[in-house]
Amino acid sequence: MSFDQTAGPDMAPAVPSVAFAPFEVDGGEDGGSAGGKGDDPCGAAADELFPEDLIEAIAVRQDREAFKLLFAYFAPRVKAFVRRKGAAEQVAEDLAQEVMLTVWRRAGQFDRRKAAASTWIFTIARNRRIDMIRREVRPEFDPEDPGLRAEEEPPADDLLADRRQQEEVHRAVARLPQEQSQLMRLAYFEDKSHGVIAEELDLPLGTVKSRIRLAMRKLRQILKEED
Amino acid sequence: MPAYHPGPELLMDYASGALPEPVSLLVATHVSLCRGCQAEVARLEALGGVLFDELDGEPLGAGALDRALARLELPESLEAAPAAKPKGDRSLPRPLGDYLEGDLESLPWKNRGSVAEVELLSGHSGIRTRLLRIKAGTALPQHTHEGTEYTLLLAGGFSDAEAHYQRRGDVAVADTSVDHRPVADAGEDCLCLAVTDAPLRLTGPVARYFNFLARL
Repeated sequence: MSFDQTAGPDMAPAVPSVAFAPFEVDGGEDGGSAGGKGDDPCGAAADELFPEDLIEAIAVRQDREAFKLLFAYFAPRVKAFVRRKGAAEQVAEDLAQEVMLTVWRRAGQFDRRKAAASTWIFTIARNRRIDMIRREVRPEFDPEDPGLRAEEEPPADDLLADRRQQEEVHRAVARLPQEQSQLMRLAYFEDKSHGVIAEELDLPLGTVKSRIRLAMRKLRQILKEED
Repeated sequence: MPAYHPGPELLMDYASGALPEPVSLLVATHVSLCRGCQAEVARLEALGGVLFDELDGEPLGAGALDRALARLELPESLEAAPAAKPKGDRSLPRPLGDYLEGDLESLPWKNRGSVAEVELLSGHSGIRTRLLRIKAGTALPQHTHEGTEYTLLLAGGFSDAEAHYQRRGDVAVADTSVDHRPVADAGEDCLCLAVTDAPLRLTGPVARYFNFLARL
């Protein structure tokens, strides 16, 4: 996705007009055009702003215009995400506010080498929802666990989780068989563990497990091909 | 590195936020000790990010953006600093160590013959979360499960009919179909985190005794 520069920092529109073309890099399918698979999306198209740039603009200079653009794009998605998981209208509205405020406050912790903007915001929404609605904590793993220090560093490829990977995952999801992508949407948006999904789809637990495993294998395979 | 991992479906439930807290804690503890699963969780979160990005947004109510903008100026007092955390135990992976009130040794262990246990997250209905310490070379009473039992190895080792678990972070998952009798390795006491989502039904000869103890 990219944001049209015309709605950028100096314009201060009351309602930011967000031009997004999520992941469809201009030139699209025929894949021949230059820069279609560039390593550095920012450098590749100087007139485009990616949400990663906007989060960094907040981190560096508390850029309110950048926040408006992010809000216009992501707040409705947070609301939709929480609503699909069963929250009431007002609760979803409040949660969208909280999540976007967290984006503002924690922008300094965002690291584009570790996650794309939508992944980062997804994880914030997931966690805020768990603490506001379920009133639970979500234990986070510790990538710096001392138990790991003596171990080898992972191959760089393995931790690749940035925008480029995001675009690859997007294409990979589009190529999954429908029954597998449906399962993933259920898993991510209905707050249902795979056991509950099996019950509701009236499928044996083993079938659900093997579909998830198949889908993940396929995703990994597609990601490898794209590298 | 651990040799036995949570299945992809469990990691997906962790990444999507669908797991109840105790199971999430067990998975987070494993993932802290496992580079491979860290990478897998990163992929699953990227997948979540993509699906999230593909959602059709629901428009927010009038004035939502202005309300958000007004709040940007407010001090962060809303996010009150979390109450000073108990010390926890630094010898355990952090997600788990943070849940303890203090050192492992200072916890209120209850002795039950060759097994000692401490209950964690006791407020969580329907799911039991325990640290178990099994004396070297001894067996847990034979039991089946009405739900699922997840066991994460922290020290020592144990075997059941399925496998021999001996690396820190190894995860064993037993469901209703398994009638098993985990045996701790000789030489060192076995320390585990056990999460059970329904009461154990004991089937061995000393079952009644242990069922009685379990209700204490």
